[in-house]
Amino acid sequence: MHLHLSLKSLLREYLRPALMLTLLLTILLGLLYPGVVTALAQLLFPYQANGSLRYADGRLVGSELIGQYWTSPKYFHGRPSATLSDDGSHLQPYNAENSGASNLGPTNKVLVQTVQQRIAELKRENPDAPPGPVPADLVTASGSGLDPDISIAAALYQVPRVAKARGLSQETVRQLVLSHVQGRFLGIFGEPHVNVLDLNLALDALKH
Amino acid sequence: MFITFNSLVQIVLFLALVLALTKPLGLYMTRVFNGERTWLSPVFAPLERFLYRACGIDPAREQRWTGYVIAMLVFNLAGMLLLYGLERTQQWLPLNPQHLGPVEPQLAFNTAASFTTNTNWQNYAGEQTMSYLTQMAGLAYHNFISAATGMALAVALVRGLARRSAEHLGNFWVDLTRATLYILLPICLVGALMLVSQGVVQNFNSYTVVHTLDGGLQVIAQGPVASQEIIKELGTNGGGFFNANSAHPYENPTALTNLIEMLAIISIGAGMFYMFGRMVGNTRQGWALWAAAAILFVLGLAVALPAEQGGNPLLAHLGVNQQASALQPGGNMEGKEVRFGITDSVLFTVTTTATSCGAVNSFLDSYTPLGGLVPLANIALGEVIFGGVGSGLYGMLMFAILTVFIAGLMVGRTPEYLGKKIERKEVMMAALALLISPATILGFAAVASVLPQGLAALTTNTGPHGLSEILYLYTSSNGNNGSAFAGLAGNTPFYNWTGAFAMLIGRFAFLTPILAFGGSLVSKRVVPAGPGTFPTTGPLFVSLLVGVILIVGALTYFPAYALGPIVEHLLMLAGRTF
Repeated sequence: MHLHLSLKSLLREYLRPALMLTLLLTILLGLLYPGVVTALAQLLFPYQANGSLRYADGRLVGSELIGQYWTSPKYFHGRPSATLSDDGSHLQPYNAENSGASNLGPTNKVLVQTVQQRIAELKRENPDAPPGPVPADLVTASGSGLDPDISIAAALYQVPRVAKARGLSQETVRQLVLSHVQGRFLGIFGEPHVNVLDLNLALDALKH
Repeated sequence: MFITFNSLVQIVLFLALVLALTKPLGLYMTRVFNGERTWLSPVFAPLERFLYRACGIDPAREQRWTGYVIAMLVFNLAGMLLLYGLERTQQWLPLNPQHLGPVEPQLAFNTAASFTTNTNWQNYAGEQTMSYLTQMAGLAYHNFISAATGMALAVALVRGLARRSAEHLGNFWVDLTRATLYILLPICLVGALMLVSQGVVQNFNSYTVVHTLDGGLQVIAQGPVASQEIIKELGTNGGGFFNANSAHPYENPTALTNLIEMLAIISIGAGMFYMFGRMVGNTRQGWALWAAAAILFVLGLAVALPAEQGGNPLLAHLGVNQQASALQPGGNMEGKEVRFGITDSVLFTVTTTATSCGAVNSFLDSYTPLGGLVPLANIALGEVIFGGVGSGLYGMLMFAILTVFIAGLMVGRTPEYLGKKIERKEVMMAALALLISPATILGFAAVASVLPQGLAALTTNTGPHGLSEILYLYTSSNGNNGSAFAGLAGNTPFYNWTGAFAMLIGRFAFLTPILAFGGSLVSKRVVPAGPGTFPTTGPLFVSLLVGVILIVGALTYFPAYALGPIVEHLLMLAGRTF
């Protein structure tokens, strides 16, 4: 073993580089790097860097990337959300300052019961929807609890309800859904989906 | 068949992209670690020289393995203490618009251990706990340096194999600095802006308050996310800015960001295999390891993808349509995002656990039993499937040594690897490195599954799934992965302490025998290959290597897995719930 463990060499060879490098790299990587990225991001992509926030009639109505909790029958609804309140004491769907999933395992009783309740509720809210199995994404909680999207099937499932609540023809609403489908990236990556806020803003714009 | 045509196309394209990136990245890293000039030298060389001067580092002076280990340990200890201090004092420091209080001591210790060891296990929700300053200067800083530490150690080990009759393995400070300046930082600068262009946020705003169209109130967390997101993936760290990690739309908003993030996770690891071949003077040596990793990667996908696309039979009985079609992704969608569906979720999961990343874009606790078994096994096998930056290469090399040893036993010859005789000391070190993990994982898991303090955390799931959660926690901690079966309520003194120790053992008690191994090899002469030499480049070696990895893993973990995911799978088919 060739350990030169005298105190002086320990300080010079190990402690000084360790402390100085920690300090300097913290400044470089912990402050300068995120600072430069923030400056460039704000300059080049200000809309995205600040949260892709959407306005309607000059009023802030949400972020196109962050799902919202919709309850009114005249709007399309997003997926179930398992986010908790800030203190974690109770369910608070689409709490965008405490993202998260249900973490219920596949054989968990609670999962099965919850999905069963969601199906019953969904069928009650959508009496005119086609009978039979319901789209999976409409009765399962997303990973983030903030999923801004639903599948095309999930949007189409809600068309009769929304059309009725707004006094529109089902065909009008159906066409609106289909015109808001976002396809796969390059036709290959990801899944086709419908952004719920986008679709609901378009619905509101119809009546003007 | 539960695999769609689109799935196959995505997987083939993804692997093709990884393959395409391997050689250019590997070549570039070879130049960086050989101390040669690169096309970025005009920008970073002055900064590099300044750092050496300010820190009193002589870049020409190399270290023996002992010096290398001490430098690595002292440097990591300093960073760990700094992070702990930041967490405990963030309430008095700037960049804390939400006025978050100090992090509790045991949670702060767990987190400091977690980020120092490249684990990024998170017993907290980022947006509720950490100030912007702690996220950047504490957590993201560690994302850089724990990655650079891993790369430095892998390079030191490779030098041990490549050099002949030498004593030194390189200079830790130089390897660390060059990995950071020439590899991680430039890729992060470009990658972060690519992520922002897709919608990943990058600001210091306080949280946005929204009055929704439907009459609700929503508070949306913000922050300097993109700069942290890219290094979290590139450094195979995995600690999310937000609780939902890469499932959060502000961390991973589109299929393109998902692709960028997956490539960031796996590319350096894959490139290091090529770099290894280059440094030992035979690129086929590197490609052999690459091929073994690719085979294991595809095997994992072949189990997990059909399991997830097939959906949950218990939900199918209730009248849930889980069939993939042009209108919906179908499959087991609990804990997954619609924009990713099944394919992009499973591909991300296999990537993040094949490497030591641990970022997640879907929640593993809600995966089907077999879908969840794959990430668990990927980590338990040592994260050698391309692996973490650096750690994947040195882990895979340990298996390669074991493979030539076993092959040598079969024919009764002294095993050799790259012309170096593998003798008693080397085999002992390799075996020690490979035994530490299962001993830690199974030991802690056994204790946790009998003690009331361990069982008390099973607040979400019970039955065999509860055992899977406990196994996953220690596997992920020891493997420095950081992904979780997150239903386990792990923020308790018992799990904070035992988890932190599993992480520290998994990192530093694993690294030390590896460097000792490198130190022992570097001094050996190289024997020219003869007719009796077992070639470590061909298909025979690759299949033996894959076999050794799988058999060692199966012998070690099968009994535990049989009681967790496997029995849960059978009970799920029988319609049992817990």
